Amino acid sequence: MNFALALRHCFGAASLDVDFAVASPGVIALFGPSGAGKSSILAAAAGLLRPDRCRIALDGRVLADTEAGLWPPPERRRVGLVFQDSRLFPHMLVATNLRYGLRRAPPGRIGFDEVIDLLGIASLLGRRPHTLSGGERQRVAIGRALLAQPHLLLMDEPLASLDAARKAEILPYLARLPAALRLPVLYVTHSFDEVAQLADSLVLLDHGRVLAAGPLADIAARTDLPLARRDDAGGVLVCRVAGHEAARGLTRLTCGDAALLVPLLDAPPGAVARVRVPAREVILARPDFASFPDAISLHNILRGTVRAVAADAARGSAMVEIDLGGARLLSRITPDAVGRLGLAAGAPVLALVKSTSVDVLGRLDAGLPL
Amino acid sequence: MLSRWRFPGRSLANALVHLPLALPPVVTGWLLLLVFGVRGPVGRLLLAWFGVRLAFTTAGASLACAVMVFPIMVRSIRFAIDGIDPGLEQAARTLGARWLDRLFTVTLPLAAPGILVGVVVAYVTCLGEFGAVITFAANIPGETQTLPLAIFSALQAPGGEATAARLSAVSIALALGGLLLSEWLGRRLNAAVGR
Repeated sequence: MNFALALRHCFGAASLDVDFAVASPGVIALFGPSGAGKSSILAAAAGLLRPDRCRIALDGRVLADTEAGLWPPPERRRVGLVFQDSRLFPHMLVATNLRYGLRRAPPGRIGFDEVIDLLGIASLLGRRPHTLSGGERQRVAIGRALLAQPHLLLMDEPLASLDAARKAEILPYLARLPAALRLPVLYVTHSFDEVAQLADSLVLLDHGRVLAAGPLADIAARTDLPLARRDDAGGVLVCRVAGHEAARGLTRLTCGDAALLVPLLDAPPGAVARVRVPAREVILARPDFASFPDAISLHNILRGTVRAVAADAARGSAMVEIDLGGARLLSRITPDAVGRLGLAAGAPVLALVKSTSVDVLGRLDAGLPL
Repeated sequence: MLSRWRFPGRSLANALVHLPLALPPVVTGWLLLLVFGVRGPVGRLLLAWFGVRLAFTTAGASLACAVMVFPIMVRSIRFAIDGIDPGLEQAARTLGARWLDRLFTVTLPLAAPGILVGVVVAYVTCLGEFGAVITFAANIPGETQTLPLAIFSALQAPGGEATAARLSAVSIALALGGLLLSEWLGRRLNAAVGR
């Protein structure tokens, strides 16, 4: 099951030439600096922009293909679009807004009550859009797009116009949509925080080209991408809660073969927990390093293999990608340390991670598929 | 059309629509007489086929008024539509609404306040039309006489100042009332669409 998009278009001097295929359903983040072509890809997917060449396929079914003369207009494409500025119809009630797409779509599996419930907007139905807060407006806009029974949901920086508090309010709703509705979501953002919290797949764009595309956890840990040059570079792990050690105030997470201890979480065993491990917080050690568990505050000593080492000359440091048997970590250390430990692709290594350095991101409900 | 579509000759169409606003009204009236007069190309056909005579009749006065206020109407509708965020129509599109559907559910409801205000202003302006009416429909009391025409006639007649003053007062009241009404309507309707 995948989502594939190939697009070629010229805008005067700039050009866009992208081709990627990623897993679906799930959140596919399009991430990159301004002018990378993110919004143009979204406009093409919605049918609002007609590129020179474009082919969009979902699970092998072609939604649009200029070469085959198949380019349905937006109104016949069944693609939901959520804009940065929500664009609710100001002369209609929230409920009428929500039903606008629903009334025009063939009967589908996304129900009115289900969406109201997922987005927590039941109390807003009788209000007018101009009386809503930014976060509420955006939730209604998402509901309106979903109720049009789309095959594909597009979101163009849906949180960019909101302040941090409103973002935090809306993120949990967003996080549970794709799993609950089994829908691919193409999500444009230039905030890596949103990517880390929401994305299943990541398409990294720059100057109209795809730098990398694939599962978020794999891309985030790559040493050769601009992501690894960021201050907040680090691995993203999609873990499950394995159990709690309440007496010690710890929760045990598992991700692939790796197990992590983190400060106690309020989540049932089996629940999904996304964590981010900043590269600068990961210490590397030779496999024969022997620690005295009672003599050090450290909880997590993870056995892994070096996948790649890359120099980051601008910072005078090196980035090391470590495979933990499924999960991937990124570590920023000095070139001196790389030399002393003899780190190279294929070398066994221990990754030392403080429990308090693990950032636990949004948590999904128990029982949902990864 | 003028506000949303770019087509060849758009500027010309725009200029033609606004011509009555820029031309001396007498010229507009005379052009109407040429086209719709009993011997004009359109007027002759109207008379032959439907037995309708426009020149120097009440219907003719209405036509002259309509032509004169048409640019005002077009302008107000255009401003009303220009004032709508095109993003809303785009949103309606992605929600599956075709263009007539979008026109009736999004564009027109949102433009309604501006259009209504335009109608009121146009109506008030129409009551005050002078040049085009007198040229095309003449000044026949009870048939084609507009307010300013009546005032003009009263002033021409000896001792008509009192009548003229009364008619002027009516005219001022109508104009003021119309403008206030349009202002009030605009505010009420804008509040209704949440602006």
